Amino acid sequence: MEPILSVQDLSVTFDIHPQGAWPWTKPQKLHAVNGISFDLAPGQCLGVVGESGSGKSTLARAIVGTVPSSHGRIMFEGHDLASMSPSARRVHRKDVQMIFQDPLAALNPRMTVGDIIAEPLITHEPKVPRAEVRRRVQALMERVGLLPNLVNRYPHEFSGGQCQRIGIARALILKPKLLICDEPVLALDVSVQAQVVNLLRELQRDMGLSMIFIAHDLSVVKHVSDKVMVMYLGRTMEMADSKPLTTGPRHPYSQALIASVPIPDPVLERARKRPVLEGELPSPLRPPSGCVFRTRCPKAQAICAEIRPLMTDADNGHMVACHFEEKQEMLVFAR
Amino acid sequence: MTLLQTNDLTVTFQTADGPVNAVNGVNFSIDKGETLAIVGESGSGKSQTAFAIMGLLARNGQATGQALFDGQDLLAMPQKVLNKIRANDVAMIFQDPMTSLNPYIRISDQMAEVLTLHKGISKRDAIAQSVRMLDAVGIPDAKVRISSYPHEFSGGMRQRIMIAMALLCEPRLLIADEPTTALDVTVQAQIMRVLADIRRDFGTAMILITHDLGIVADACDRTLVLYGGQIMEEGPTDNVFARPSHPYTAGLLRAVPRLDRDDDELLTIAGEPPDMSRLPAGCPFSPRCAAMMPHCLTVKPSLEIFDGTRRRACHLPIEEVA
Repeated sequence: MEPILSVQDLSVTFDIHPQGAWPWTKPQKLHAVNGISFDLAPGQCLGVVGESGSGKSTLARAIVGTVPSSHGRIMFEGHDLASMSPSARRVHRKDVQMIFQDPLAALNPRMTVGDIIAEPLITHEPKVPRAEVRRRVQALMERVGLLPNLVNRYPHEFSGGQCQRIGIARALILKPKLLICDEPVLALDVSVQAQVVNLLRELQRDMGLSMIFIAHDLSVVKHVSDKVMVMYLGRTMEMADSKPLTTGPRHPYSQALIASVPIPDPVLERARKRPVLEGELPSPLRPPSGCVFRTRCPKAQAICAEIRPLMTDADNGHMVACHFEEKQEMLVFAR
Repeated sequence: MTLLQTNDLTVTFQTADGPVNAVNGVNFSIDKGETLAIVGESGSGKSQTAFAIMGLLARNGQATGQALFDGQDLLAMPQKVLNKIRANDVAMIFQDPMTSLNPYIRISDQMAEVLTLHKGISKRDAIAQSVRMLDAVGIPDAKVRISSYPHEFSGGMRQRIMIAMALLCEPRLLIADEPTTALDVTVQAQIMRVLADIRRDFGTAMILITHDLGIVADACDRTLVLYGGQIMEEGPTDNVFARPSHPYTAGLLRAVPRLDRDDDELLTIAGEPPDMSRLPAGCPFSPRCAAMMPHCLTVKPSLEIFDGTRRRACHLPIEEVA
């Protein structure tokens, strides 16, 4: 099937003026996203995981177009969004919507919930009559689990979970084809997190949405995604279907990431081998040569500093970028 | 031997809407060298419990009841005596390591101050001791890095510095309030290992306050589950996780997405976290409880002992349903 979104060799580069430098010195280049490629099939969900600073949010912003890409193509239904003029891109904006990490900060505190949800519709389809707008807003509120009679309330009157539902409703009112979720449940309590995750999955199934789900919590990502991409310092380390990736990761970074996720079962947790990943993410201004992960990699050899490993198909579509990739069985499935 | 024991600990805040009880009659104890997890969601009162014990409540907050440390009531003693205990015996680390360190002062001065003030040793000795402590929590090149300012460290490193600072006076009890919430999983694993090493090497008792059931499973001997400022359930971590007795504990455990499970849909707890100013007269969890009976809303279940080592507050605990 033709992918709905095909990102090809995408890079996003920021100009950074180093601290204490003169204003006229040449800025340093920070490659927040560096040569990322992936395809997303219609109705599928791609999960993106990585530590903070891995470039996952920048990737999302480049796809919606809030930061400019510096290289590569973002093919959405056959059109390259990256090379489009802003006015040409506007036509496609309504097809790609986003929900954000901090649900309260993402909502204008001076607008009522009804106005917040209706705003994208009024902007993109100004000819829709007001009565129809109101009808659609109320139907959508019901769909995401908000009482429609709360339509005239303001965001501060809602809890975090409810605010995230408002954000979801706002993103869905234009009937987008692609929904990008950037850490949508990070700020929520465990019990509410599960409600929002279930809602997103349900909506995705019912509306045939394609989704990109960004989170640092691999257990949430695995739960909602068909495919998972692991990022580190702006590059893809591994990409595979979510089950093989979580049970038998091949890249040492994915293995370390999975080993770091605690499992709420004391018996299992004690029995688990948990090699702790040493050190921290290197500065993106001075990324290591060759493989960017080599400075923290337990398997690193001389070759890793010289040659950057390319993404290769290791096992039936299980893509991995490592010179010494090897499948490691990580978890015993409880059922 | 009991190190800390709270009796009917209650925290009341005077708000514009009248008094609100954030913590409501909480009783628990922790032994020497033991690790106790206090688990709960936002509004459960887990942090306020710790603040009350440490005498750090906001100005409109008032703690009543008792918090006996070594038999002395922390809530009733004069500030001067409390300061002595907070210096030498009980230490606390906080969620956000950046806001807990003074951004204007070098780490060396911030750490040395603790020792010169409380132990009365010379600054040179204090710095030497601080360097050793930074080494112990895994700050590379501590001798040089100690002269840096807080912003020159990453979040994980700052949390290590906080831990080192808390340990300088060799406390017998360390209260860690969401110590890894602001950190990445890989760094979280590092910090939890540092805390485990400290418990092993120094025999420090620890109260770990968290919403993350995963780190509790790994780190804690006993688990206390709070909801709406009240204890729902308490017991040895293994038993609480394997056979939760309170519907809230069971719901919470089911709601966590697990890496090692392949379930299609997460089981959720309906509703929202409680509004502390409008709690029902009965069990605070009853409005969200699937097994709610009419008298749950009006009659508060008492905290009863069962299984010898466990406690729960529920009219219809899970074993009795099954």
